Amino acid sequence: MEYTTVIGLEVHVQLLTKSKLFCGCENLFNPDNPNVQTCPVCLGLPGALPVMNREAFRLSLKTSLALNLQIAQSSKWDRKQYYYPDLPKAYQISQYDLPYSSEGCVEITVPSTGKTRRVGLFRAHLEEDAGKNIHDESGRGGDSQVDLNRCGTPLLEIVSKPDIRSAEEARVFLEELRLLLWYIEVSDCNMQEGSLRCDANVNLHVQHNGETVATPIVEIKNLNSFRGVEAALEYEIRQQAKKFEADPEGYRIGKVPKATHGWNADRGVTFEQRGKEEAADYRYFPDPDLCPVTVSDDEIAEIRATLCEFPASRRHRYVSKLGLSDDVAGVIIDQGRRYADYFEAVASECGDGKQAANWMTQDVQRELNERKVEITEFSIPAAVLGTLLKQIVAGEITVKSGREVFIVLLTEGDDGSELETSRVNEIIAEKGLKVEQDTGKIESIIDTVVTRNEKAAEDVRAGKLQAVGPLIGQVMRELKGADASAVRQMIIDRLTK
Amino acid sequence: MQLSGATASQLLEAMDSGEMTAADIVRAHLDAIASLDESVGTFLSVDAEAALTQAAEVDRKRAAGEPLGPLAGLPVAVKDNICTRGRATTCASRMLENFVPPYDAHIVERLNSADAVIIGKTNLDEFAMGSSTENSALKVTRNPWNVDCTPGGSSGGSAAAVAAALAPLAIGSDTGGSIRQPASFCGVVGMKPTYGRVSRYGLVAFASSLDQIGPFANDVAGAALLLERLAGHDARDSTSVDCPVPAYSQSVDQPLEGLRVGVVQEYLGEGTDDDVRSAIETAIAVYRSQGAEIVDISLPHTKYAVATYYLIACSEASSNLARYDGIHYGHRAEQFESLVDLYAASREEGFGDEVKRRIMLGVYALSEGYSDQYYVKALKVRRLIRNDFDAAFQNVDVIVGPTFPTPAFRIGELVDDPLQMYLSDICTIGANLAGIPGISIPCGISASGLPIGLQLLAGPFEEEKLLRAARMFERETDWHTRRPSLSQ
Repeated sequence: MEYTTVIGLEVHVQLLTKSKLFCGCENLFNPDNPNVQTCPVCLGLPGALPVMNREAFRLSLKTSLALNLQIAQSSKWDRKQYYYPDLPKAYQISQYDLPYSSEGCVEITVPSTGKTRRVGLFRAHLEEDAGKNIHDESGRGGDSQVDLNRCGTPLLEIVSKPDIRSAEEARVFLEELRLLLWYIEVSDCNMQEGSLRCDANVNLHVQHNGETVATPIVEIKNLNSFRGVEAALEYEIRQQAKKFEADPEGYRIGKVPKATHGWNADRGVTFEQRGKEEAADYRYFPDPDLCPVTVSDDEIAEIRATLCEFPASRRHRYVSKLGLSDDVAGVIIDQGRRYADYFEAVASECGDGKQAANWMTQDVQRELNERKVEITEFSIPAAVLGTLLKQIVAGEITVKSGREVFIVLLTEGDDGSELETSRVNEIIAEKGLKVEQDTGKIESIIDTVVTRNEKAAEDVRAGKLQAVGPLIGQVMRELKGADASAVRQMIIDRLTK
Repeated sequence: MQLSGATASQLLEAMDSGEMTAADIVRAHLDAIASLDESVGTFLSVDAEAALTQAAEVDRKRAAGEPLGPLAGLPVAVKDNICTRGRATTCASRMLENFVPPYDAHIVERLNSADAVIIGKTNLDEFAMGSSTENSALKVTRNPWNVDCTPGGSSGGSAAAVAAALAPLAIGSDTGGSIRQPASFCGVVGMKPTYGRVSRYGLVAFASSLDQIGPFANDVAGAALLLERLAGHDARDSTSVDCPVPAYSQSVDQPLEGLRVGVVQEYLGEGTDDDVRSAIETAIAVYRSQGAEIVDISLPHTKYAVATYYLIACSEASSNLARYDGIHYGHRAEQFESLVDLYAASREEGFGDEVKRRIMLGVYALSEGYSDQYYVKALKVRRLIRNDFDAAFQNVDVIVGPTFPTPAFRIGELVDDPLQMYLSDICTIGANLAGIPGISIPCGISASGLPIGLQLLAGPFEEEKLLRAARMFERETDWHTRRPSLSQ
């Protein structure tokens, strides 16, 4: 069966503002202390009125610029009306027919094909998040409770066009979107805490008896991990293909109502959430409590100036300019903007991107993991690490000695010392780690070692080059710091010429 | 001096001269409430102790020479759809019968900081929906001029309280005439300011784009004094307009030179009571005699105003009242099977018929497939109505006419004919749709002994002109000094 998969994603992103969208309450993930970040406005008390948080709107504009979305000069607020206990006003303030931005795109590179694809975006609009219903999961029928801490959190809804062609592409799109929003610091995009949430619409366009036939669209709700997005879509695609094969005349769009499914990650299956209900009528209308929002070109220019280089561009630069492999570049980019900034500072100081990348992905990463800290809390400043790596790159110390210095720096940094770049050379000097450049001295040590190890020397002379190892080891022990490969060559030259 | 029934200016003067204390004044009004309110039914709650404490504090400040607010010691009655922290705010609804707000409305803060004494909360049509206060789920309010008649509505309690001399000043809210029409029925001054002039923060919303808080008083100067305190920008209301507040109370006595008075033919149409018509004609003559130019004008879209108003007001109301779902606060049904059932039963029990009727109308008007022909079309017509007023105010300074086509109707007379009641709003709703200020002042007594109101309208933010024009009529007549026999 030949078919094209058609997927569109609807992504909700909580914005990193200090306060909520329409009131002054703190915007903070705080599930352990329910209903403390509330006021008459977000509780929907009689007589309370919303006032827009301009900072939330600015972050939305920033996002739209990063997503190549067109920004409307004027947009308005609408009420989306429905009853639910986590929605105390019984309407959500959202944007309906005049969203603040529309028509954009995100470029993604799909690993399995290596191809670059452009996924179109219909729109992005700003709205308020609802609270959270907490149900008794013991099965003993306890009361449901409502936590309104989240109610009124600024939420950006980003709607993609149905341009996504596989479950993998959907995951990659979402990962790229997350990375982008995280880099421009509009959201922490933490899927566990729900600051990034995703719904997916999927169906198949099947080649059937010479014509293209579409299967019914299924919406999968509340996907809360990247892996979940991919797995749920893979499952749903297989299901749709099976259903179509079983009933090619009946299982078609328009003949079967649009279904809403949930995703059970433990069992790896989707399940029907709502039945054949009619489309809900939200009775949208303009919110009379709020004024339309206007945006000036100056404001857009000002926000554009605050944008950083986007992760895709950085990744490309790491490969083309710094000589990193795609994988290593990806690993560094994925650690976030501050991590990548740190890497770039180290690379620029030492002049060797690969060396910097090696240290970042191995030594630095290991220490971060052990300490469970972010790069911003790491005790060795980038300039200090860069200075250390510069010594290695220049051949002034060996990599092994470099690790020794690294450990000293780390210990001192963890103890609270403000590390200066000069400290690197001080440690090298204190420990006598500088590579011995005096070839006369090295040759005399080689002589001593060769005399002490006649058997090994004889083997080398006979062409058994593996016997040179122990000799190098002994020479290196005599020298505090030396370039092992140079020593090796000198021993071989001494014995075979 | 008769304290109950005195004007705000007289009371302030008596306190300034040391003739009376705030405690004397508040006690006199509490006594009046105690003896008369049983027959009028204006207050839903009176906190005598708090009022006396506040009065004592005013007297203490005065004695200590501390600065006093502009309303120091004046009793003010507040409509019970305006939030008062720690004091029940019921909206005269079963739904909110036990609701105690944790915060004060903006205007309550303004009253408190002006050292006014909030003497009680007044009755209204449930959620301010109605023109007679008969839709209150909690109490019947009667017209002090004739207890068989309604006081008008929805701010009937506030209007009747001032008319019965239970408070010199009161606060109401006006969505389609809810201040001006009861002022007319009760023979007092009632004013709806420009939309955005007074913050709505803490006013329980009926129709957000039409609601506006305003003053009641027993003379125009009292309304000017109170409005001056209520008006001004509030960052908590996005529709509150940031423009300076003139000193209304300072300028109110200055007559306007070369005043051009517009008379709207559409407001004196069929169904206008003869007594009302002749009182309005006399009032126009009063203006003419003071040198005003009388100009006949037309507001051609007036015939669509009632339909437009009810579509917009009900649409917004259906949304604003959706929050009363029995979950977070307010009435919750005791018996329910499911979540949907809990919503339905709580709302069924908590709301009265008129509220349900308007919610149903609004939900219908906003429904998919209908909203274009009802709600969206109403918004377009609203624009045309606003344009009518803009054009009219190119040629006139104020528009005068009746506030209501008839004097007060009898209790029960129109309860079974809501449409007739809606249609009678014809003279007042234009100001709400256009967002302009309007005032109703007493201009006559009908043959049946009921007050008649003269409505004056002006352009946006022309409250000062409106008050001065109203005062020009008042100073030439004595209708505002008439009091119902009840309070004598």
